[in-house]
This record gives sequence, structure tokens and C-alpha cells, in this order.
Amino acid sequence: MIWFKKKVYPKFWNDYLIHFKGKQDTFINTLRFVVFDTETTGLNTKEDRILSIGTVAINNKVVKISDSFECYIIQDIFKTDSVKIHGILKEGNRIKISEKRAIELFLNHIENAVLIAHHAAFDVAMINAALKRMGLGKLKNRVLDLGHIYKKADINRSSKTHFSLDELAEQFKITQHDRHTASGDAYITALLFLKIIAKFKLKKEINLNDLETPISKIGLI
Amino acid sequence: MNTIAERIYDFLKGFPPFNMITNENLLSICKSIEVHYVEKDSFIFKTNEHIKDQFYVVKDGDIGLFTELNELIDECDEGDIFGLRALMRQGNYLLSAKAIEESIVYSISSKLFDDYIATNTEASKYLMSNLVSNYRKTNNEEQHQKFLTHHAHSTTVLQDYSEELTANYTKNPIVCSLTTTIKEAAILMTENRVGSIVITKKNKPLGIITDKDIRTKIATGLFSINDSVSKIMSAPVKTYPTNITIAEAQIAMIKYRITHLCITKDGTTDSELTGILSEHDIIVIRENNASFLIKEVKRSKSVEDLKQIRLRAQNLLKRYIEQQISIIFVSKIITEINNSITIKIIENAVKSMDYPLPTSFTWLAIGSQGREEQLLLTDQDNALVFEDVSEIDLKKTKDYFLKLSKKINQDLKTVGFEFCPANMMASNSKWCLSLSQWEKQFKRWIITPDQDNLMLCTIFFDFEPVYGNKELVYKMAEGIFESISKHEIFLNHLGVNALKNPPPLSFFRQFLVEQSGEHKDQFDIKARAMMPLVDAARLLILSNNIKSHNNTILRFQKLIELEPQNKELYNDCLVAFKYLLQFRTEQGFKHDDSGRFIDLKSLNKSHRLELKNCFKAIKEIQELILVRFNLAQFL
Repeated sequence: MIWFKKKVYPKFWNDYLIHFKGKQDTFINTLRFVVFDTETTGLNTKEDRILSIGTVAINNKVVKISDSFECYIIQDIFKTDSVKIHGILKEGNRIKISEKRAIELFLNHIENAVLIAHHAAFDVAMINAALKRMGLGKLKNRVLDLGHIYKKADINRSSKTHFSLDELAEQFKITQHDRHTASGDAYITALLFLKIIAKFKLKKEINLNDLETPISKIGLI
Repeated sequence: MNTIAERIYDFLKGFPPFNMITNENLLSICKSIEVHYVEKDSFIFKTNEHIKDQFYVVKDGDIGLFTELNELIDECDEGDIFGLRALMRQGNYLLSAKAIEESIVYSISSKLFDDYIATNTEASKYLMSNLVSNYRKTNNEEQHQKFLTHHAHSTTVLQDYSEELTANYTKNPIVCSLTTTIKEAAILMTENRVGSIVITKKNKPLGIITDKDIRTKIATGLFSINDSVSKIMSAPVKTYPTNITIAEAQIAMIKYRITHLCITKDGTTDSELTGILSEHDIIVIRENNASFLIKEVKRSKSVEDLKQIRLRAQNLLKRYIEQQISIIFVSKIITEINNSITIKIIENAVKSMDYPLPTSFTWLAIGSQGREEQLLLTDQDNALVFEDVSEIDLKKTKDYFLKLSKKINQDLKTVGFEFCPANMMASNSKWCLSLSQWEKQFKRWIITPDQDNLMLCTIFFDFEPVYGNKELVYKMAEGIFESISKHEIFLNHLGVNALKNPPPLSFFRQFLVEQSGEHKDQFDIKARAMMPLVDAARLLILSNNIKSHNNTILRFQKLIELEPQNKELYNDCLVAFKYLLQFRTEQGFKHDDSGRFIDLKSLNKSHRLELKNCFKAIKEIQELILVRFNLAQFL
């Protein structure tokens, strides 16, 4: 019967899944982290679309510029309001690729790395929504949220619970270029991650589980 | 293109040697850079660790390099490179790199270095000279040095240098098009009071008409004034690049028997016209060269004439500085001109006195003038010594010289040398003394070296005779050495005084900026960088019983001769002082002030590197003084 037929997934998806076979280590010195950020047409994960993805990898507490990824996506839906923030015009002069191709390259790049993003839930949801449109499953990677790590590090005594990337960058004295480009934000996030982790280390040895957000708290911000 | 790599590129592009390699290669480096965050007090590498296959550039923060004994050798901040020497040497690290402040550091692999930096001649030269020695000793500098030792003061040197200057051509020349009539062109020339007009098309020079063409081709009736300029213009024109020297321009004019050269952007006829250089321009330049100015001083009739000459000398100085002519040469020339002006004024003042000189005297330049180190906004620092007279005549004689000095000081002011704010001038009765009075005064300072007396020593011991009986000056110097030999502890005091301004180790971090007042947050280059070298040179030269050398550079040269074992250090000091003098003069012209206070933010990386090298030299010479004069017990 036709509806028993096993669904055929594209090769890149299968290649991606293979990376998750077997047990992953949790020592932050040996793990590969990929810090990423997406720029989108808006905040609605169902209706809005990804404009660009930018990443940079961290390995052994060193940011590897050579292990980075940046792409701009061709838009079918296009909202003029967000252009002001991101400066990505629909017909800008950056080379653009289709959403499908962008996701394929992105998965290819991240493999089984631990993902890090600021307000990670939103960026993960945007990627997952794109995956869903392609008839594929959700991201399998473990994800760390910078805001959560910051709170865990217990550096700030204020009662605030959410911190913008700008606020964090200012607090940690990171010069901000290219804010609101995916790559620029990913790079700032990566530096913040290293700085916050260093504060952590002063207190005790840490491992990946210390940094993860409890499942119950994952949600849209 | 990768946005992050581009940002790193923007940063590195501001620093040597990265600004020397091609954009493409630099971008390739940036794409493979690794970024490290280093927490305060943590290490990037430690002594005796095997070297990592990379070197480092500081992005933010402050990295200290320490010996095994935890002695701080160097500090690296924004744009500084470290770990490269180890990479070239291979083996283990000899120093540790530790973050003095939290820092962000880029690492660049040895492969990237080999592929993109070592392949570039300029960049590798730069790195080699910085790794091998702290100073960039350009061939040029050495040549100038050689040149100067061979012909110290001769006029030919002065002449030769001005030949090498680039010619100051007239910018924005008067132009017209091919269809302009001769009459219109002549009107344009008359209105603008110029002797030539260039015919251009799309701003490229096609031909030229000079006064001579009008005389030989129009006034003779060969052409009508209503003909177009193309009928009489000389074409094609001779074109030269903007950096043409005076000598080259003259040769060209003689060779082609022409009086005007067109200056274009790239020197060819197929490029934009930027100016015109006429025979007249060259005559003007000649009239402003040093030897000419000195002749003018001798011929001058009035103080007003001298004032004009001094202004022209100031312009000459500016051009020398702009063209990076050796500072030793520049200060010699300027001192020469200033001295000849002073001599002329003294001669006139002596003539104008009601009575002839009661006895011989010497006019002395003191302080930085005596050292021939004051180039900008010179104010007067002078003193007068006269031969001993009988007790009865002393008052009368002194009054005579005070009156004479007053006149000289006044005339110097009219010419443009401002009065000394501290009144250290010969017209002050404290500084207009007989030989034995001076000797007594020096002796008193040497016996009681308190703060005030030491300060006076540092000013008055650098005296240089400008006019008069030199014999008196030799006797003054002898008196100083005699007193010092009887009170050797004086040199220790002078030594302590020479150490009162220790150099800052790094820029921006522990940089000693002024804490208050008008120059708050600015760096006092005179007090913090130049005076320590001046004081060190004076102390060391006096301790060698030498008085004939006042100039700090000459003093270090003499010290190299006397103590060849310290050649390297003294040479470092000499190079440092030359750099500081040049730098201060440049800054002075830039900001139209004395150049003394420097805004740190305005400095580019190469200034900072050079200044840092200067501080290293200061640190080392101060250490030598500390040991040699056994000063630890005094501090």
C-alpha cells in the first residue's frame, strides 16, 4: 500500500542525522560549538521568514573565523518595515540563495555541534519552521541560550530577567560593529559566551549540562 | 564575503605590517584568524612551553611579556604583535605572555605568515628590523649622518639640500580652452597677474602661452588678437610630476629652453593639470634657502628687515620638516640663522651705545637655545658675562652691560623672539655678571644642590657663546669642573635629578598624562620624554669633564666615542632624541603651538611604536645612571 511506503528524505538530512548516532561528550573544552543568529522579517515564527543566517564556531575556547557560515535568502514574502533594522533589501547586492539551499548548507555546517544563540528559542523555532516547510524534522542539536548562561553565571544582581545583546555587549565592553547582521551578532554572541564562561570557570568546573536551559523553560521570548 | 572577516580586516589594516600587504592577502589571513579571549592574569603561553604554531596580535586589552623571574619586559596593546620572535626561532618560549587586563587576542598561524606576510618584502623588512632592533634605521638617515660629518657647516651643504627639496609650484593655474581667442586669454592673464596661461582639454594640458608669445607673435603682427589661442600656443607642453625637485626643474628649463613647466597628476601629458612651475617660482625658492637668508641678515638695514628674514626662516623650517630632512641638519640651519640674526642685533646695539665697551663680554645662549634644540616659537634664554674689572668700576661696568642687554633683548623681541617668561635674560641683573661673579654663583649651586639650584644648573650649564670673547666662556667652563671635582657628590644630585621622570612602559595604560590644568589628559613630550634624555646626556658628558658639547645629539655622539662599550645604548638614545625633536616640531606645526603637549588619541600606530622605542632607550639610560652614580641610596 502506498501510504506504508517509507518516506524518502534528501541525502543531506540523512547525513545530518548520522552525526547524532552514538554518545556525545559534554566537556566544553573539546566540544565544537556553533554560535548562530538569524535575521528575519519579523517575530512571528509561522508567518515570518529568515532573511539571513550567520554563524561562527568555537572550539577549545577559541573562535575560529575559518569555521563560519553566512548566507542571505531569497524572499517570497517581504516586509518593508524590517529593512530599516537589518538593511537587507530584497534586491540587495549580496548573493542570495533559496531557503531550501540555505538550510541544507546550514545543517551541513553545524553537524552535531552544540548550538549557541542569544534568545536561542526564537532562532531555533525559525530554523525548525523552515525545516517543516521542507517536510523535515526538527533540529537535533543541543542548544544553549546565552541569556540563560548569563543568568546562571550569576554575575548580575539586578532583578531583570531579560538582557538584550546590546546590553550584554556594553556590559562586557565588546565593541559593536555590524549589529543586526546575522554574522555580526553571532560574532558578538561568541565573544560574550567566552567572556561569561570565563567568569563561570572562576567558580567551579563546568560541563555542558550546567549550561543547558531546562526543557520546561524553553519557549518563545 | 564574510562579515566577521571583513571587520577583522578593517582592524588589522590600521597596523603595520598588515597595512603593507595586499588587500587580497590580508583578507585571506582574516578569514582564517582565531580569536582568543584571555581573562585578566591568565596566560597565553608560558616560558619553556613548546611554541605554538602561531603568533598573536592584540585586539583589545593589555598583554604583558614576562621573564621566568616574572619581570615585565614589554607590554602589548591594541595592534601590537607578540610571539613572532619565538615562532621564527622555534624551540620553547623564552617569555610568558600574560593578560594584564582582560584581552581579546587574534592568533595567526605560521602557515598564513609564510604564505602572505613573509612573501611581502616591505612587511618582512619591517618585521625583521623590529625584531632585530628596536629602531628603524633607514639608509637615508645613515647617509645624512655621513654627509653631515663630512661637511659640517659649509654653505654648499645648505645649497645642496635646498636643491633636493621638491619645488613649490603654483597650484590652480589659469587655463583656457582651444577656442579661446588670444585677446580673451591675454585679458585673463592680465586680470590674474600671471605670465602664462595653459590651454587645456578635459583638464589635460595641450599647450601654453607665455608673455613672450604675446610679444613675439602678436605685437609683431604675425597673428591677430582675434585668432584662437591654438595658433600661437607652444605645444606639446613639458609635463612633470608633483614631486619634481628644484634641481630637476632647473635642468628641464635649461635643456628645453623654456620658462614654464606644467605639473600634472602623474607627470604625463595625458593626466590632469595640477599646477605650473615657472622660472620665477624657482628664484623665489632660492631666495628663501638658508645660505641666502644668512647673507640677507648680513645685508639687512633694520630690525624690520630681520623680522621678515626670521619669518622666511620659519617657512623654510616648515618645508624641511614636511620633507623629513634630517633633524640634525634642520636644527643646525635654524640655529645658524637665529644666531646670525642675534649677532647682527648685538653689533647694532653695541654701535648705538653712547660709550665704547668698557671691557670685553660674551653673549650666551642658555637652556634649549644653548643646546641648539629650540626650533619652534623660540623665546629668549640668554645671559651675559663680562671680563673682571676693578672693584670700583664694577657697578659702572655692570650698568653699562645691563643697558646694552636691555636693548638687545628688546630688539630680539621685535624680531620675534619673545621675552623669556621666567626672565632668564641678560637684562636681568642676576644673569648679567662678571666672570668671577659667574664662577662664584656656579660654585654656590654646586655646593648646595637643592631643587632650585639644580634647576638653574640644568639651564645655565648648557651655555653656548653666540657673540664676543670666547675666552671668557672657556674660563667659565673650567670653573665648573674645578668646583665639581671638589664636590663630586654634586654629580649624584644631578643624577637623581636626571631620574625624576621615569618613562611610561606602555601607551594608554600607564601613560603619564597631565592630571590637571590646561593640558589635562595630554602627554607632555618635553618633560616626560625629551628632558630625561637631555638631563642624562648632560650628566654623563659633565662627568667626563667635557663642556664643549651642549647639543644632546652631539653629546651622545661624543659619549659613543668616549665609551665604545655603551655604543648601542647611546646610539639608541641619540636616535630616540632625534625622533622626539622631529616629532615635536611636526606636532608644533600641525597645531601651531610649541608641540609640547600631545593628544594621545591623535597618534597613529607608527608614532606609538616609535615613541615606545624612545621610552625603552630612556629606561635603559636611567638604569645606567642609577648604577654608575650609585643612586639607589639617594632615591
